[in-house]
Amino acid sequence: MSHSPTQDTLVGLFVAAGIAGLFFLAFQASNLSAYAEHDTYTLTARFENSGGLKVKSPVSAAGVKIGQVIAISFDPKTYDSVVAMHIDSHYNTFPDDTTASIFTAGLLGEQYVNLEAGGSETILKDQDKIEITQSAIILEKAIGQFLFKAAEEKK
Amino acid sequence: MDYFLPRMDTFVSNQNSLVSVRNLSFSRGSKVIFDNVSLDFERGKITAIMGPSGTGKTTLLKLIGGQLPPAQGTIVVDGENVHQLPRKQLFQLRKRIGMLFQSGALLTDMNVYDNVAFPLREHTRLPETMIRSLVLMKLQAVGLRGVKDFMPNELSGGMARRVALARAIALDPMMILYDEPFTGQDPISMGVLVHLIKSLNSALGLTSIIVSHDVHETSAIADYIYVLADGKIIGQGTPEAIRQSSSAWIQQFMNGTADGPVHFHYPAKDYFDDLLLSGKRY
Amino acid sequence: MIEQLQLLGNQTRGSFAKLGRGTRFLLQTLSGIGSVIPRPRLLLNQLYSVGVLSFLIITISGLFVGMVLSLQGYYTLSDFGAEASLGLMVATSLVRELGPVVSALLFAGRAGSALTAEIGLMKATEQLSGMEMMAVDPIQRIIAPRFLAGLIAMPLLAGLFSAIGILGGQLVGSGLLGVDDGAYWAQMQAKIDFQDDIVNGIIKSITFGFVTTWIALFEGYDATPTAEGVSRATTRTVVNSAFSVLGLDFILTALMFGDD
Repeated sequence: MSHSPTQDTLVGLFVAAGIAGLFFLAFQASNLSAYAEHDTYTLTARFENSGGLKVKSPVSAAGVKIGQVIAISFDPKTYDSVVAMHIDSHYNTFPDDTTASIFTAGLLGEQYVNLEAGGSETILKDQDKIEITQSAIILEKAIGQFLFKAAEEKK
Repeated sequence: MDYFLPRMDTFVSNQNSLVSVRNLSFSRGSKVIFDNVSLDFERGKITAIMGPSGTGKTTLLKLIGGQLPPAQGTIVVDGENVHQLPRKQLFQLRKRIGMLFQSGALLTDMNVYDNVAFPLREHTRLPETMIRSLVLMKLQAVGLRGVKDFMPNELSGGMARRVALARAIALDPMMILYDEPFTGQDPISMGVLVHLIKSLNSALGLTSIIVSHDVHETSAIADYIYVLADGKIIGQGTPEAIRQSSSAWIQQFMNGTADGPVHFHYPAKDYFDDLLLSGKRY
Repeated sequence: MIEQLQLLGNQTRGSFAKLGRGTRFLLQTLSGIGSVIPRPRLLLNQLYSVGVLSFLIITISGLFVGMVLSLQGYYTLSDFGAEASLGLMVATSLVRELGPVVSALLFAGRAGSALTAEIGLMKATEQLSGMEMMAVDPIQRIIAPRFLAGLIAMPLLAGLFSAIGILGGQLVGSGLLGVDDGAYWAQMQAKIDFQDDIVNGIIKSITFGFVTTWIALFEGYDATPTAEGVSRATTRTVVNSAFSVLGLDFILTALMFGDD
């Protein structure tokens, strides 16, 4: 049973370093801090087309991330896309005439939901629905429309 | 040495042989190692198994220790059928058997002291102070108390074997199995080992089984000798009787002559024909 | 022709027999782990030789792999004006793939081969046999602590590898190539998912630790007890571990990241 205090110390250092590495990955290199999520409340919005939006896509207001998409479903009656989002409960002052739009970050970036506050006095609460929405801009459609318009103008 | 006393009762038990091997058969692949062999090892005696290399002498020790199962036959050690014992009882039995391997088989990652202490630490809950006294006593018995802090790779072959012997007697076994204890030793180490085996056997009241092909040393200390060849016993008796044996084979073996019943030439086709064939493709 | 078929048949039978022995060995080892727990000293000694002695090679390799990833990633990403995603790219490759896989390969080369050689030599010098004759089960006393140590050390080493790799990437990225430091971390933090990426990476490395340690110990235990047999077993450990790690990585990746 050869064992020396140095060996014990080195094993201790090794284990500590390994655990520190894993912690570093968890807290510094991943979204774990976003998991330890503070309270949230849920809002839903209907879009004619939610485009490339995915679960976990960010929800932001004025460029700041305030929540994330938690579910996207298709409503077979209205043929709409129903998007549910968790919003950080710090940001609980959105009026009921808030506009939800689906934007794309950069030309090829991912899509996200942008909330833009209106001027109403009534505040949105948990499980409320955002009435005013603007669908994702489908690039092909937009280009098509643009060409169509350009052709019209030439006439 | 009073802690050896409880073992005394084993001598006076009515049955005289500690190990009895009955109708043992064992083969490795197509090679028959033992063919219906029966042997008896008497309590308190030194019994030697001799024979040329490759006759399965080491295999016999592994069979006695329960490390290998026989194809046929039984081996009874101290009244227990080794190969029918459940694992736990087999391990209990092994605690009472010491084995000295040819290489010593010391654990290379611990020093001499810890090696001798190893079986004590594994099998007893003795306090460290008592383990220390026991280890030093065992090392003193083999004359190597002075090397207790050496690592096994710092020992000569003979010293390693003596340390291994100290380890083998650590748990005060009833029997020690020696696997080729004299092979590759210089004359002095050989003399020391011969003396140790003999004196430990009488001082501790052990039963010893020696497997060896060193004729001179073995017959000097053995009480009884079995000579094995080709899976069979071809001679047995006291060293004196073996030396007087009329068998030409035993004579050749005991005297180490180059030619005899075992030919100098390994069986081959006719020498002259073979020479003439050279150069031709066949 | 018939001879060749016979040879093939014998080889197939041989490898199945080996797999069978290996499985039995694994089961014995797993059931022996219980006996390690009351003796932490045995585990500690093995953590030293398996973990501490692999520490240096893992950290240095991690650093360089991260730096190279950063350099290569930068050239590709800057073509698209997406240098800001450099941190994300480095971290994703490390956490999901390179961390667990490369550290497992290094582990097999450093610790695995040493384990095989050690166990093989213990077998060749009759130490295992001797232990059995001293009524000590070598599986419990020798194999199980080493197995447990490998299982514990591997995820720690892989975590270290990834963490140091990410830091190395940042060193090159923001220090040398001028990528914005904030963007390096922000993109990473936004897109590396704790559950999907980090936890899956750890699961991968535990699996790899399990398999490489098992292979290393078994090859040693099953080695022909001669110098040549041990050296061959050592080679087999490294080769078989590499194959197993890469094959398993494919399966695990398909299972974990398949629908993403």
